[in-house]
Order: sequence, then C-alpha cells, then structure tokens
Amino acid sequence: MDKYIEMIRIRFLMMLAYRTNYYTGILIYSINIGAYYFLWSAIYGEKDAIEGMSVIQMSTYVAVAWMARAFYFNNIDREMAAEIKEGKVAVELIRPYNYLGMKTMQGLGEGIFRLFFFSVPGMFIVSFIFPLQFSADWTTWIFFAISIVLSFFINTQINLLTGITTFFLFNNTGLIRAKRVVIDLFSGLLIPISFFPVWAQDVLKFLPFQGISYVPSMIFTKSFSDNEAIQAIIMQGIWVLLLIIPIQVLWVIAKKQLIIQGG
Amino acid sequence: MKDAITVRNLKKEFKAYSSRSGLKGAFRDLLTRNYKIVPAVNNISFQVKQGEMVGYIGENGAGKSTTIKMLTGILTPTSGEVIVNGMNPHKDREKFVSTIGVVFGQRSQLWWDIAVQESFRLLKKVYKVSDEQYDSHMAHVIRTLDIEPLLDKPVRKLSLGQRMRCELAAALIHNPPLLFLDEPTIGLDVLVKLKIREFLKEINEKYNTTILLTTHDLSDIEALCERVVMLDEGKIIYDGALKSLKEKWGEGKEIEFKFLEEVTLNDLNRITASSEVKWEKDEKEAIFTAFAEDNDELISLLIAKVVADLKVKDINIKETSTEEIIRNIYDRGIS
Repeated sequence: MDKYIEMIRIRFLMMLAYRTNYYTGILIYSINIGAYYFLWSAIYGEKDAIEGMSVIQMSTYVAVAWMARAFYFNNIDREMAAEIKEGKVAVELIRPYNYLGMKTMQGLGEGIFRLFFFSVPGMFIVSFIFPLQFSADWTTWIFFAISIVLSFFINTQINLLTGITTFFLFNNTGLIRAKRVVIDLFSGLLIPISFFPVWAQDVLKFLPFQGISYVPSMIFTKSFSDNEAIQAIIMQGIWVLLLIIPIQVLWVIAKKQLIIQGG
Repeated sequence: MKDAITVRNLKKEFKAYSSRSGLKGAFRDLLTRNYKIVPAVNNISFQVKQGEMVGYIGENGAGKSTTIKMLTGILTPTSGEVIVNGMNPHKDREKFVSTIGVVFGQRSQLWWDIAVQESFRLLKKVYKVSDEQYDSHMAHVIRTLDIEPLLDKPVRKLSLGQRMRCELAAALIHNPPLLFLDEPTIGLDVLVKLKIREFLKEINEKYNTTILLTTHDLSDIEALCERVVMLDEGKIIYDGALKSLKEKWGEGKEIEFKFLEEVTLNDLNRITASSEVKWEKDEKEAIFTAFAEDNDELISLLIAKVVADLKVKDINIKETSTEEIIRNIYDRGIS
C-alpha cells in the first residue's frame, strides 16, 4: 500500500512542476461555469422552476458539476495510450506493482491535488459572483463526499478501459475524444439528466455515465431526497464493481498479445 | 552453482501484416489482411550461471531485445520454457520482477518531470527496501557513480550520460541478483562508458550479480564479459568464450610498415618471397600492410627480413579486432 500512497505524492509533485497548466485550468473552468450560468438564466427567464429545479439550484448544479469534474477528471487514458505507443509500458511491466492500480493512484493524486488547490478555492470565489445555495445539512455533505469518490472510480475505470484498447487498436485518439464527449453529455455535466426526454432517461439508467456527474451534483443541490440519494449511491457502487470485470478481462488478453513498439 | 537463467527451446512469433497495393488493395485490407508469421526468436536454449557476465550480441533485429523482454516477463513466449531466478517470469510477475533489475538504454525509467531523488524514493517504496538497506547500499552506488550532485535535479535537465548513471542506480535500488542491460552505453562518451563498466565489474564482484548485457559496442563486451552468446535471425549461432571466438574466427595479423625511403610493392614482394604474405599499399599515407597468418615465428621472420633490407620508420602489429570478427560473421554467417 505504501507504494501506492507514494505514487499519489509523486503525482502531486508532477502537478506542481507544471504550474501554467494549473492557472489556465482555473481560467477555463471559470469561463465554463460563467457561460453555463448565463445560458441557464436566459433559459429560465421569468420561470421559477423547470423540471422541479429552481434557478439557484440550477446555477449551484452547474458550479458543483464543474468543480466535481476537476476532481474526477483525469487523462490517464491518454497517458496509457502514449505509454503503449512509445513502448514505455515495458518499463511499467518490470516493476513489482499493478500497472492499472498505479494508474488509478496517479489519477487520484491528480484529483486530490485539484480538489484542494482548485475546486475548493474555485468554489469559494464562484460563490461570491453567482448566487449559489449551500446545504447546511451535514448528511448532504457526507452523501456528496461518498458519491464524488465513487464518481472518480467510475470515470477512472472507463478511462482505463479506453486506455487498454490502445493495445488492440494501436491508435485510439478518436475513441478517447469520443469517450470524453459522451461522458460530458451523458453524465449530466452539460444538462441534468432529468431534462432529457423520458426514453433517453430510461436508456441512461442502464449506463454508468450518470454516476459520474449527475448523481453527486443532484445530491449537492438537494434535488434528491435522502432515499433517492442512498439509492443512487448504491447504484454507483454497483457500477464500480461491475466495471472491474471488463477491465480485468481486457487486461489479461492485452498482456498476452502485447507487442512492445519500437524495439 | 545454481543457474540464474535457464532457457529451453524458446520461441516467439509475431504476426507481420502487409498492406496490399493500390486503392482496391486498401479496401480489401479493411476486410481481410495479409499476414505472415515471423519468428523473432526461434528455438533458442542457453543457461547462465549465477555471477556470470554474459554478452548477448547480434545485428539489429536479430531478436536480442525480444529475448530480454521474454526473460523479464514483459512478453509471453509462443512456446518453450523460461526459468529465471527459479521462477517463471510470466506467472507470478510481481514477485519475479522484484528479483531483477533492468536498464533499457533507450527508455527512461525515471519520472521525467521530478527530481531524481523523488524517483529513487518511489522506487524504494515500490521494491520495499528498508531504510538501513537503502542507506548502506545506495550510498555506495551514488558515490561510485558520482551522481550525488544530480539528485535534486529533474530528469529532463540531465544530460544523457548523467541520466544513464542515474538509470543504472535506479535499477539497483533493490540490489537485485540479476541485472539485464539492454544497450546501456548507447550514445555515451568514453569517460561515462568507462565509469559504468568499472561500476558493473565492481557490483559483480561484490554481490556476485549476474549480468546479461546486450550492446552494439563490442568494447563493452570485451571489457566485461568472458562469455558471449551471438544471435542471428532468431537463432543462436555462437555461445562460448569470447577468447575462443577470436581464436576461431580471427584471421591472422596485420603488420603495418612506414619506410624512410621510397619503396614499391614489388620490392616488398621480392624480399618476402619465401613466406606466405600478402602486401597492400595505402597510397595516401604510404603505409604498407602485410597480411600474414597468426603465427609468431612467421611474423618475427617477416619483420626481420623487411628490417634487414629497408629503413623502417614505424611498425605496427595489429590483431584482428573483435569488431572485425563479428562483422565478418554478420556478413557471411557462420558456416
């Protein structure tokens, strides 16, 4: 376990080594939150509520969804693709650790870094500019904390799956990009799932994506009742367990037919 | 003494896809693709004893790196048996890899953006090295490789030679009994090469570390290894002492003369007519080279004859270098 914790620390150091990324990140996220805030205010116009969400709930939803994204989002699929393409994965395989586990830890290191140095201060600043609503209820915060950790795992598992496909496809830049768009849309980052047509909501219920952004954001804005929140969290947990299966299967097959690129 | 590496009938085949020509061919490739099965390593067997230093040589694409990757458990062999440090590298991989150290000359195993000592610290945790072990062992390694001043620099700021020394130290953090070096001296200057060679010799003596080394720089092998395994097109074509390779394949000696006076090839041929010698002249530098069989008496007789008749400015006796021997073998193959 020691080595995995050490990896988180190393990732912290790496994030600090590239400060410019950090500053541009803050800028991009602020622009996004601002743009969605004004878009939604225009859509709401005079109306008090749409699909049971008030304007304030909606702007809180947008802000929280983006700040949560800073935590769960990572580029380990792209990193894996690069490592496999350049043959660096050979070096990873001669180390006595689980490659996928190590990748997850790197993602977690990145996530924790951004949670503390990005999301929390960012949320603080955003709350001055836009009218947001924070829950005073501590159970909401606990539910939110559990839910956001699970959304990190679901998102990372999907990233691992996309990353492993590089072993078979050799060039999966297109797939990685497609995955990103699908997650942003179907996870409820751009539009809450409850705004989708009913048939689409029914389909999305059977997919893991809403566990990434929709669930934690709905919990934070108190749009879920306690019961709904618990159910949604259990659903997230089930997806975390289910996604282990395809990852392990693909990983075993990938290792068997592995070719190290470039000598 | 127990064997560090045992390889029996090891084979690795790759599918080599080829594209059909033209647009029509490209469309056909979408559906079915032509491929050939190419053996990269074809039925090789060898053993390496604990504490041996073995040079593993061969042309580019002969299958050296593929073998190393199978021995380190990265690639799964198509068939055959590999036992390294008493384990099958592909089965319990995590347990196995903590008993070996690997340096890939062309790939870094340090983290690019962070200081060298942070990489070391992570590797120390990864290999579960205790503080006492680390201090006593690594202090020595760091001193010998002279990398103390580099430890707080990020890897991307190091020169190739500096990085390579750090790579070597990183591979030795857990003091493995077996070390794989895949072209460790590629692109390094003479001083760094010497330092690395001395260091390898030292750890071999001190810890009885087995070292398997692939390189294109034969002076590395001459300096370090008594035994070489030579690979060509996936097959072992020579496995034995470096010395007997020289004796078997060395082709006589060359004696270079420079004369104080004008000399022609005819003169020389006349003087040495009685012995079997071939003369050649380098027009530019006026160096005359005699090619003779590697026979001490013949050579001393030859020199005596030449010196008795002509005024000599410089004499130089050269043995066929290992490089030339290997080049000859690559060119013609062993037959």
